[in-house]
Amino acid sequence: MTALLTIIIVLFVAIALWQMVKIFDLAQVSTSNSQVANDKDNKINGYLMMGFLIFIYAITIASFWYLGDLPLVSNSASEHGSGLDNLMIITMIVIFFVQTVTQFLLHYFAYKYRGEKGKKALFYADNNTLEFVWTIIPVIVLAGLIIYGLFTWNDIMNIDKDDDPMVVELYAQQFNWKARYGGDDNVLGKANVRLIDLDRANILGVDEDDPNAQDDVIVTELHLPVGKPVLFKMRSQDVLHSAYMPHFRAQMNCVPGMVTQFGFTPTVTTAEMRQNPDIQEKVANINELRRERQAEIEEAGQDLIYEFDYLLLCNKICGKSHYNMQMKIIVETQEEFDAWMAEQKMFANSLNK
Amino acid sequence: MSATVDTHGHDDHDVHHHKETFVTKYIFSQDHKMIAKQYLITGVLIMGIIGIFMSLMIRMQIAWPEQANIVFETFLGKWAPGGVMDADIYLALVTIHGTIMVFFVLTAGLSGTFSNLLIPLQIGARDMASGFLNMVSYWLFFLSCVIMIMSFFVEAGPAAAGWTIYPPLSALPMAQGGSGMGMTLWLVSMAIFIASSLLGSLNYIVTVINLRTKGMSMTRLPLTIWAFFVTAIIGVISFPVLLSAALLLIMDRSFGTSFFLSDIFIQGEVLHYQGGSPVLFEHLFWFLGHPEVYIVLLPALGITSEIIATNSRKPIFGYRAMVASILAIAFLSTIVWGHHMFISGMNPFLGSVFTFTTLLIAIPSAVKAFNYITTLWKGNLQLNPAMLFSIGLVSTFITGGLTGIVLGDSALDINVHDTYFVVAHFHLVMGISALYGVFAGVYHWFPRMFGRMMNKNLGYVHFWVTAICAYGVFFPMHFIGMAGLPRRYYTNSNFPLFDDTTNAQVVITSFAIVGGLVQLVFLYNFISSIFYGKKAEMNPWRSNTLEWTAPVKHMHGNWPGAIPHVYRWSYDYSKPGHEEDFVPQNVPMKEGEEELHH
Repeated sequence: MTALLTIIIVLFVAIALWQMVKIFDLAQVSTSNSQVANDKDNKINGYLMMGFLIFIYAITIASFWYLGDLPLVSNSASEHGSGLDNLMIITMIVIFFVQTVTQFLLHYFAYKYRGEKGKKALFYADNNTLEFVWTIIPVIVLAGLIIYGLFTWNDIMNIDKDDDPMVVELYAQQFNWKARYGGDDNVLGKANVRLIDLDRANILGVDEDDPNAQDDVIVTELHLPVGKPVLFKMRSQDVLHSAYMPHFRAQMNCVPGMVTQFGFTPTVTTAEMRQNPDIQEKVANINELRRERQAEIEEAGQDLIYEFDYLLLCNKICGKSHYNMQMKIIVETQEEFDAWMAEQKMFANSLNK
Repeated sequence: MSATVDTHGHDDHDVHHHKETFVTKYIFSQDHKMIAKQYLITGVLIMGIIGIFMSLMIRMQIAWPEQANIVFETFLGKWAPGGVMDADIYLALVTIHGTIMVFFVLTAGLSGTFSNLLIPLQIGARDMASGFLNMVSYWLFFLSCVIMIMSFFVEAGPAAAGWTIYPPLSALPMAQGGSGMGMTLWLVSMAIFIASSLLGSLNYIVTVINLRTKGMSMTRLPLTIWAFFVTAIIGVISFPVLLSAALLLIMDRSFGTSFFLSDIFIQGEVLHYQGGSPVLFEHLFWFLGHPEVYIVLLPALGITSEIIATNSRKPIFGYRAMVASILAIAFLSTIVWGHHMFISGMNPFLGSVFTFTTLLIAIPSAVKAFNYITTLWKGNLQLNPAMLFSIGLVSTFITGGLTGIVLGDSALDINVHDTYFVVAHFHLVMGISALYGVFAGVYHWFPRMFGRMMNKNLGYVHFWVTAICAYGVFFPMHFIGMAGLPRRYYTNSNFPLFDDTTNAQVVITSFAIVGGLVQLVFLYNFISSIFYGKKAEMNPWRSNTLEWTAPVKHMHGNWPGAIPHVYRWSYDYSKPGHEEDFVPQNVPMKEGEEELHH
């Protein structure tokens, strides 16, 4: 099927090219066989420049039309997320304004001033005022964006210890994630990969003698109480990984040999997010697409119907199964969280004797 | 500024044009024009075809994941059992595609071809400062190409840790197959490549400083030469840092040191490494890696400046601002590397600093873009294929550059880092733009290289199809990235969350296949024109620069007789008071004529 499709595309392209060369050839029967552009070439290509401008605008509109509802620039699920989304939207408005205007000027000039025999161009080598203007305008716009960006960045990266965040360790290995909670004392026990003892099921290398470690809880599904600040401490045991939680606008690399950190406050529970009209529309769309590929999906052993969940993905190339290194995140109310936590085994009780 | 070396003592060179054998003329040539052709064919054509073909295989896998494909079966052999691509070879293709395109095609291919061809010819020199080093530089490059390609034929496959080869993934053979022999070959190949690049760059710098002809002051240099010159300086500053990173990585891999590694538990055992940091490698890598972007881009912008001015029949607008922006970009490029590492675990304060320097670099870039557009204004535009590619370059440079404002902002980078948004951004701003620069240069200087013209109609088809496909591939990709889809995933089918991007992926791949295939038109045009192209006039584009005053005939020393003297800058197009709309640099000033730029 793919091979056939490929052959059809190749044929189609070949025919299109042949036809295009013929059009260009026909367009200049009367002129000499010079390979330098003549008036006719300038005219055709000048018009094509305008056509191309329309194509750029069309593909922009089409991308917004078909893909504009996919982006993660709305419905953030963390406290800092909405500020970041605002910054993104403002930046995007600036970008699309500049893009529309400059592409217009570029292609319109290429059309408007297309060459003609006997015409002479304007000798115009310099203009300090003009250059000052288009140096100073980017300076002002960028200064605004930089300042806004730096405030947002500092807000996100400065973790306020007074908030008493819940400390959670994200532990990465080829090719899965684990999470470790500090337990009742909210303090993670010391850990180092040199302490890993697979026979005793001490898979994260937690120090068994550390009193703080005894009540730690290690899980494979990340649960977070809504509205409570979380401070993630990231570790990796083998290669670089990156803990990417797109819905929370959060990402940080996991680096072997050091502990990195990132903090945020989840604001929307999984259940609430599933009720969000935008998300429901997205999920319905995804499920429609999945039904079209039903056989393929069932063959792969996946559930046909997709239900929304927050995800933690690996976003730094880490080896063969990098593409499938994920962990489910569940945001829930404090009561649900406490109930779930009560069911988990404490580290001290999880070891093999 | 007007210090120039009078090379008249050299004049007897062409009189006794020494006898050449096939070997000294075509293989171990020390003539800069022949070395330029060697770089063009090895770097741009052969490595380019390999690199683009790999990208098409990557795209086919993304659009139709884990499906049998006759292309995979034919070309990947044991790595595509039954025609289904293996996950390891997918990462290897991503890695080698990146390496080949960034280093081999757009660094060595672009600078090697056009710096070699144009520096001596445009500054009025007989040859490079050292023809011998120039030859050594090419053959080291050739050797590094051979080693890189050889890595596809080792047992466990080629390097597969991404073109950035971050350790520990690249350091530990047990972390992935490609980190064994394949990575060793990658490192050896790159070490040789860097040696080649340094020899070339030193040669370019020395030649531009010492061998300019009489009257060719720095302020009269064509912008091409300014771009090549500054590029060579950035290369000399930053490439040695990558060499040191590669050497330290070799030490870690083979001699038990711990520069980049610490506390690693893999496949059931603790390794002995202690005290190193992968973040150190990231710093060393990106200290080259970011300037590298400008090593790729600046020569393309230099070529564009020359072609836009010539074909607009107008002086380039704001010559001094253009030179100043090249210098500003070069300086800033060495202090922005941290924007690749906002979320690497580096101190967040450094993130603020690098955001600041990164967004600063947008200012000289904006000045360049506006100056190009103003150069077109009220011109008499000759829309030759080279001119179309130059205008196309400005277009993709703007589109791709603007999204850099998102990625350079540390706060926004958090959520689009390492997604398809990044892929779209850098492919447009440095990949496509620089490739357009290469194409523009080939169409423009083909007559200078081979004495014949390329077919313009094939050139037009090549440009328009490529231009549409380039936008078709990379524009929608931004939106897939903003949907949160990480790059370098072998298949996205394990995330139903991203199922609504699958149709867009098929559209992108279709554009990519058409865009890849249309390069065959260029290839055909190139090869057939060498033999059957229309014979070119001496100065077909009616250009001002000195290379068009030299005969095409293969000869050492470029000019029979004395080398031309220079009396004006290279942009006296449509100058009032002159009959023709161009005044070559070697035409003396008329009485009372003024140099009309500041």
